[in-house]
Amino acid sequence: MTEALERAVVPPASDADPFAHDALLDPEPLHRALREAGPVVYLSRYDVHALARYEQVHAALVDWQHFESGSGVGLANFRHETPWRPPSLLLEADPPRHDAPRRVLREILAPPALRRLRETWHSVAEELVDQVLSAGTEFDGFAALAEAFPLRAFPDAVGLGPDGRENLLPYGNMAFNAFGPRNDLVAADAHRVAGLSAWVNAQCAREKLGEDGFGARIWEAADRGELTYEQAPLVVRSLLTAGVDTTVHGLAACLYAFATHPEEWQRLRQRPELARAAFDEAVRWQSPVQTFFRTATTDITVAGTVIPADTKILMFLGAANRDPARWTDPDRFDLTRDPSGHVGFGMGIHQCIGQHVARLEAEALLTALARRVERIELVGTPQRHPNNTLRSWASLPVRVQPAA
Amino acid sequence: MVGTSMVADAGSGVGPGRPAPGNAATLTISAKEGIAEGVVSLTLTHPGGARLPDWTPGSHIDLVLPDGTTRQYSLCGDRWDAHTYRVAVLREPAGRGGSAHVHDRLRPGDRVGVGGPRNQFPLVPSEKYLFIAGGIGITPLLPMVRQAELLGADWQLLYGGRTRASMAFREELTAAHGERVQVVPQDELGLLDLAAWLGTPRPDTKVYCCGPAPLLAAVEAACVAWPAHALRTERFTAAVQTPPVRKAPFEVELRRTGRTVTVTPDVSVLEAVRRAGAEVLSSCEQGTCGTCLTPVLAGRPDHRDSILADHERAVNDCMFPCVSRSCGDRLVLDL
Repeated sequence: MTEALERAVVPPASDADPFAHDALLDPEPLHRALREAGPVVYLSRYDVHALARYEQVHAALVDWQHFESGSGVGLANFRHETPWRPPSLLLEADPPRHDAPRRVLREILAPPALRRLRETWHSVAEELVDQVLSAGTEFDGFAALAEAFPLRAFPDAVGLGPDGRENLLPYGNMAFNAFGPRNDLVAADAHRVAGLSAWVNAQCAREKLGEDGFGARIWEAADRGELTYEQAPLVVRSLLTAGVDTTVHGLAACLYAFATHPEEWQRLRQRPELARAAFDEAVRWQSPVQTFFRTATTDITVAGTVIPADTKILMFLGAANRDPARWTDPDRFDLTRDPSGHVGFGMGIHQCIGQHVARLEAEALLTALARRVERIELVGTPQRHPNNTLRSWASLPVRVQPAA
Repeated sequence: MVGTSMVADAGSGVGPGRPAPGNAATLTISAKEGIAEGVVSLTLTHPGGARLPDWTPGSHIDLVLPDGTTRQYSLCGDRWDAHTYRVAVLREPAGRGGSAHVHDRLRPGDRVGVGGPRNQFPLVPSEKYLFIAGGIGITPLLPMVRQAELLGADWQLLYGGRTRASMAFREELTAAHGERVQVVPQDELGLLDLAAWLGTPRPDTKVYCCGPAPLLAAVEAACVAWPAHALRTERFTAAVQTPPVRKAPFEVELRRTGRTVTVTPDVSVLEAVRRAGAEVLSSCEQGTCGTCLTPVLAGRPDHRDSILADHERAVNDCMFPCVSRSCGDRLVLDL
């Protein structure tokens, strides 16, 4: 027995199911309980160790040497289980294999490279907001804005063809469910796996992609030898998997936040340059991506608890983003707060590669809305949509008062 | 010639050598040892024991020496050790004093400013690699060799130097990898026979070369018949004129906020502008994630991030204030 094991702390155990519907629809009570139970909690139902405090989640996210992604970032351990699809070259990879795809996509999605999209997206957003407002002042904000805007902006930027775009959100929903256990949510989509996967995979081919989009730029990187031609379609697939649902639910989080915090909406209207920070505060507050797993590369000691090698670790990003040890009044959506350092996009070498794209989309939509809309309020109970990874929505019934 | 500032050629889009930046972080020299004739290795750690920013093979850091001069050195350590950086520095009698300073003045326990890491010489995927090192040009290739090994790629290393004793890492390379490594000291065996060693062009192979300009020119000539982008080089050049890293405070004008703030050497621009009431979103605060991108309206930033390419830096229209600073007395930011 090693010295570390002799001194090991036995972590508190919990039989809670973070993937049960009630927990997915309202995760805060579980998050609070896990944070309060200790820095590491053993979840007996899934035989995994869970981290819910900011300090431990942040440390695990940046420490790729000990918390690997290549064995899967869901519950399944790819060392022993076959992945449901060829693993992502980015999300489900470690150095050194992770390096080249990450470098290529990072450059394509870096802030300087996105500048040329800015004007386009601002006009797309203004056009959408005009359309929605001219059709009426009561609508489902989730469908009309949070879903509609990324679906207008992002697939065009990727260079996706016009047909079949309705498959993007169901594919994303399925892919994010697949990180959880094989529960009813996974079963509900089982009959669509083959069809949706075939459609998405087909869109990654070079000839399917427009000449001027992110997709074409990925294939050009392969021409320069920075990726292999086998890797290029999988990198495009990462854009299509991770680039739509996450932004949709991030924008929905913004709308929900402003509909329930009218004083913050006034603050944004007075200072529209707060749009980017507002989006990050909404991402902190709602954490559209709630959880990811890692696998221990070796026995890891976290706050005295030994997490055995080859076992899975569940990181609660949403819980870390509301840890009172890190955030003052964490449950409050607050534009005067500096949300810098939140882990809603992850942290370290796997930190969301599309975060600048998402911020630009949010900035465009929120700026357009702030210009046209005096007040947003809920006119019905917003409906959540359970997903094993995403804090997602089904509807956000709102009424808006157009600005004079 | 060797070990001053570097310019990378990775197939295309080669920019001019950029002004070398300075200290994104202050690190401690935790060890210094002679590892070959005229070569010392420095091990750098964070004074508080923190993790250092992640890097990939081919990366370099900017080392800001106590006299304010900046030199770029390839990282040649092990990135699975997140807490140390290692560089190897050749003494250059004809250099501008940077290497002499490292050799003669720096001691374990000293603090140095470090910028980056940045990678303009990345290892791209390939089934086979041919690595060619000239002298201290072995440093970026050392982690690449380990990486090729980890990836299960087929690889060979041709390592030339003046004399056997001057060739850093020679013994561990031959001990670990045997016949994959061919060591060619010039005084014993003459110049590298590149044509014979490279053989006929192969589409499944990438050629990586780092060393002095005459070697790079010879390798480029030997590779003319190879497919486009097969050859990737990093050359050490005589440094372009670099502005000294400012030790004096500078002013940052926040155009939209309507305030001006003085940035002293002990605080980041990010910290200073936040204190002045500007709201800047940030995340990693290491110059790697890009969240704090800030438009620059006037002045010349001292870029110390890991993100912008040379041509993007040269435009000077944006900066990452978590690590980057100012070359001149004043910066005007769109904040």
